[in-house]
This record gives sequence, C-alpha cells and structure tokens, in this order.
Amino acid sequence: MRTSLDAEQLKNDIVARIEELSGENVYACYQCGRCSAGCPGIEAMDLLPNQVIRLLQMGQVDEVLRCKTIWACASCFTCESRCPKGVDLTRIMEAVRQIILRQNIDHAKLAELPDEMIEDLPQAALVSGFRKLTS
Amino acid sequence: MRIPYYPGCTVKTTAKNLEESALASAAALGIELEELERWNCCGVVACLAGDNLMEQLAPIRNLIRVQEQGADRVVTMCSLCYGTLKAANALFRRDEEKREKINQFMYEEPDYEGGVEVLHLLEVLRDEIGFDTIAARVGEGLAGLRIAPYYGCLLLRPRELGLDDPEDPHILEDLMESVGADVIVDPYRTECCGSYQTVSNIDLVAERTRRIVGSAVRRGADIIVTSCPVCHFNLDRRQRDVLRIDREFSGLPVLYFTQVLAFALDLPESVMHFDLHEIDPRPVLESKARTAGVSE
Ligand code: SF4
Ligand code: SF4
Repeated sequence: MRTSLDAEQLKNDIVARIEELSGENVYACYQCGRCSAGCPGIEAMDLLPNQVIRLLQMGQVDEVLRCKTIWACASCFTCESRCPKGVDLTRIMEAVRQIILRQNIDHAKLAELPDEMIEDLPQAALVSGFRKLTS
Repeated sequence: MRIPYYPGCTVKTTAKNLEESALASAAALGIELEELERWNCCGVVACLAGDNLMEQLAPIRNLIRVQEQGADRVVTMCSLCYGTLKAANALFRRDEEKREKINQFMYEEPDYEGGVEVLHLLEVLRDEIGFDTIAARVGEGLAGLRIAPYYGCLLLRPRELGLDDPEDPHILEDLMESVGADVIVDPYRTECCGSYQTVSNIDLVAERTRRIVGSAVRRGADIIVTSCPVCHFNLDRRQRDVLRIDREFSGLPVLYFTQVLAFALDLPESVMHFDLHEIDPRPVLESKARTAGVSE
C-alpha cells in the first residue's frame, strides 16, 4: 500500500498565517536542534525553539500559542545565524507573538513597572521591550 | 573629515558615557561626527513581521535626513540603532514594492531609494582612521590591562546585517590590541545578554549576566568592553541582581569601547562619565593601566 505524508493536510490557517507574517517556510526545518543549542532563553522556556517549529509543522498551534517560549525569546538572531537550513526562527517567534498581540493581549504591562525601574532602564530597553511584548 | 552622525535616544540620556567618549575620541583622531539635524528615534528594534511597514518609517526618515544634506553615509555608535537603521535600509534595497509603498505613504518627504550607507563607529575607526594609526598614536597605551570584548547580538546578527563574522568576530579584539591592551577572547562574547527581557524578566537577564561576566572573570579579565547601551545596562547594572541569585559572584567593570579609546588617548575624564557605572572602572584603570592614566 502506498503511504503518503502531506504537509498541506497538517497546515491550518494559523500555521499559514505564521508563514505569511514571518516569510519563512516551517517545513524547511529538519530538526537538527542547533537553534535550541544556542538559544540564550531556554531556561525560561517551556518548549525548546526547535520544538516550537516542530509543533507548527504538525499543525499543533494551540501549544505554541500558549507557550512561554515566545515571550522569553530575546530576538537575538542566534538561531537565525546558526540554522543550516536558512530558517529564520527569530521571525517565526515574532510572527507567533504578533498573532497574540494583535488580539490586544499584552504580555508586559507598563503600568506595573516600578518608577525607579523606569528611571533606571535605558530608553532602548524600554522601547524595545514594549515593542516586542505589547500590542 | 566630517561624517553625519545619528545619536539615537539612549546615548543622549542614560548612555552619555558612550556618546561623549565617542565624539571626543573621534575628534582626537581627526573625525568630526556631525549630529544629524531633526533626527528621530529609530524605534530600537525592527518589527520582523513582513506586513508591518509602519515600523519602517522611523528609521527611513532618518536616512532621508542624511540624504537631504547631500551625504551618502551615516555613522552610529549604538548597536541597536545600527541594527534598526541597517535593517530598514536593507529592506529598501531588496524590496521594490515595499519601498514604493513607504515612499508613497511618506508623500511629504523626498523619495528614498536606499542610497545611504549605514556605518557603525567601529567600522569608521577600522576603515577610515585605521587601527594602525590608532596604535601609532597610543603607543604602549594600555599594556597590562586585560580586556574581554563582548559583542552581543546586533553587531553580528542577523547574518545579512552583521559587520563581522557572527561566530568568530575580531573587530573589537583588533581595536583593543591597537590601544595596547591584553585581549582575552571569551567564548561568551557573541552570546545574547537577554536584551529587552530586562524590562519584564530580570531573573533571565541576571542569569545571562552571571554567565557572561563570570566567564570573563574566570579568564582573568579586568574589564569587559561593549558597544550597546542595553548590553551595558544588563552586564553592568544587573550585576546587582546577580548577587541575589549568587552571593559568591564577583563582578567586573563594563566599559564602552569608546571609553577605553578615550582613556588610551588621554582625554579628560569628564567625557567618560564613569559616574554612570554600577561598577566603578576607575580603580582598575588607575592601578592596571599606564600610570599617566586618567587626567582631568
Ligand atoms: S537550526 Fe534550523 S533546521 Fe535546525 S532545528 Fe532549528 S530551525 Fe530546524
Ligand atoms: S532569537 Fe529567540 S529563539 Fe532564537 S536563539 Fe534568540 S532567544 Fe532563542
């Protein structure tokens, strides 16, 4: 009997949207794990970066949308620069965040930052943090 | 030689130690960095979602300001500004459709085609002044001072935009050698400090700082040098937070490469703003570096 595996059957609207926003092909990943090996955020992550992309390949978006990983990602481009398949996982992380942020669900709350921290932090940290973690 | 210069928000406020030491060092080496008129915040990070063109406007407007004054290049000393300006510029060079859309949207501005070159001050020091010239000027310089360069992310990544080999860079090492310092090549030098996570996840950043600074300490460094105000904050100021998770931790001063340069060039201490540092670099600079040292 002929068995065929078809990525298109696994691909749902959200995976398609993530590919569109990121400009990346999640199926190009062959799960070597180099992205996760170099990721600086893994201690604060529940899914490894390569697991995020694996789940997307399998169409399991719910786990990805509720994971901590995307919020612990620092957009450092280590995964991007090390991926032997040219997959820009930094952009995929951003696309997943955008799907949530565009529903007006913020991850960080400016109002909750203590005044002394606002005074202490460099402007670049405040602006980039709130650009990445709020809608 | 005069080159238009884009400061960005942070060097004008919390990172005066970067700006003033950079301007003074460049001037001492014969380069006048001329602040761009009517510059605006670049947005710090480029939105990586392909459909968001709004966040490209801020960096592009700055490049239009450069073009308006008839210049074809602009220099910045902040790694974040460098990454953001360069990313928007690369998009304009690569994607005609998006370029046209943004140009049309900003109808009040002259069209921009991607003609400005975005440079980091490190590139100007290497390519316009030359590390040899700096070495000749500084002489024995900082012999005895053990410096661990730290790159962080945006000088090197993404691959398309970095100014050196992302896995084995040497521009900072070369500069530090040119001022006579003893250079320590640290394996953590290209690892991320946690970046903007410092706003919402201090523990994550404290752990990064513990590892990065700890590695430099184990290798016998006296100081770490960097070029990014967020890296500087995380590696310097967050050492206080490292002590909460590791009481045994002993830290190091973290300087901008421009401060080391200004120090080597014997410029007044007032341009270095050591008062802005969590870990005061003066004791180690005074004890380890040449005795001429800091002068007012
Ligand atoms: S490095 Fe690239 S190919 Fe390897 S697991 Fe990560 S995304 Fe997939
Ligand atoms: S960009 Fe995000 S996922 Fe990729 S290595 Fe950096 S922190 Fe990890």
